[in-house]
Amino acid sequence: MSNANWPLWEVFIRSKQGLSHKHVGSLRAADAEMAVANARDVYTRRSEGISIWVVQSNDVFASDPNESQELYEPADSKIYRHPTFYEVPDGISHM
Amino acid sequence: MNNNLFEYLLRLGDDSLIIGHRLSEWCGHGPILEEDIAMTNIALDFIGQATSILEYAAKVEDKGRDADALAFLRYEREYRNVLLVEQANEDFGVTMMRQFLFDAFRKPLYEALTKSTDAQLAAIAEKSLKETKYHLKHSSEWVIRLGDGTEESHKRAQYALDTLWRYTHELFFENEVDQALQAENIAPSLAPIRAEWEKTVNAVLEEATLTIPQNGWKQQGGRTGLHSENLGYILAELQYMQRAYPGNKW
Repeated sequence: MSNANWPLWEVFIRSKQGLSHKHVGSLRAADAEMAVANARDVYTRRSEGISIWVVQSNDVFASDPNESQELYEPADSKIYRHPTFYEVPDGISHM
Repeated sequence: MNNNLFEYLLRLGDDSLIIGHRLSEWCGHGPILEEDIAMTNIALDFIGQATSILEYAAKVEDKGRDADALAFLRYEREYRNVLLVEQANEDFGVTMMRQFLFDAFRKPLYEALTKSTDAQLAAIAEKSLKETKYHLKHSSEWVIRLGDGTEESHKRAQYALDTLWRYTHELFFENEVDQALQAENIAPSLAPIRAEWEKTVNAVLEEATLTIPQNGWKQQGGRTGLHSENLGYILAELQYMQRAYPGNKW
C-alpha cells in the first residue's frame, strides 16, 4: 500500500489547561479527522495531552533560513530589550 | 458459585481476549505506522478488559483458577466467544469490518451493563465503555473511508461485509443463562441492544456506500463452544508457552 498521496500534517498538543499547544511532530493522514485520530494514537498514548491541533504542513509558511542574518542577528546587540537593568528591592521573591 | 454469572463473564471475557489477540497479530504489519500503533493500542485495551473480566470470572468460579488459567489453559470447546471475533484478519478491510461490527455491539452492551446490579460488572463496564467509544469511532471512520474510497477499497470492504455478515446474528445469542441474569438485572436484554446496533450499522454502511447482503444464512456456535477452525490456530499460538512450560512466569 502506498501513502504517497496522503498529505503531511503537523501536530500540536496542549498538555494541560492553561498551557498553549506545542508542536510535537508530524504524521501522514488522508484528511483532518484521520490526522487527529492518528495524532491521538501516536502522540497521546502516555497521557501527554488533552487537546490536539493538526495543520497541513503545506499550509505552514516559514521564514527563510537564508535570511537569518538580517532577521535575527540585529536583536543580539540590543541587550536593553531584556528587563535586566532593574534593581529588585529586598523582600521581593519569585523574580 | 453462580454458574450463570460465570458463563456470562466467559462470554464477555473471551470476546475481548480473542478479538484482542486477532488485532495483536497486526503488530508490525499495519498499513501505515500510525495505524499499526492504533491497532496495537486497541488490542491492548481488549487484553486489559479480558484480564479484568476473567479475573472476576475466576473469583466467581472460586475453584482456585486465576485469569491466566482461564485464558491459557482451557480447551477450545470451553471458550465462549462469538464466531465473529475469531475470524481471520485477511486484509485490513476485513479486520476493520470485523472490528466495526463488533464495536457497534459492544458499545450499547457496555452502556447497559453500567446499570447492572452486579457492582463489579458495572464498574468493569464503566471503565471499558470509554475505550469502546473510541474503538467504535476508529473502526467506523475506516469502514466509511474504505467503502466510500477507491474502486479497489470499496470492492474489498464489500467483500468483508459479505463474508462477515453471517456471523453477526450470533452477537445477540440468548439462552437460559441470560434469562436468569436478566431476572436479577445483572445482564441486560439484548433486544434493545440489537436495535441500537442496527441503527449504527445501517448509518455507517450507508455512508460507506456498502450494501448489506440479502442472503439470510446465519452461522453460530461460539457461545456454546462450537467454534470455527480458526480458534484452534489462535489457541495454539496463545497457549503454546503455558503448555510447553507449565507455570512459567515472566
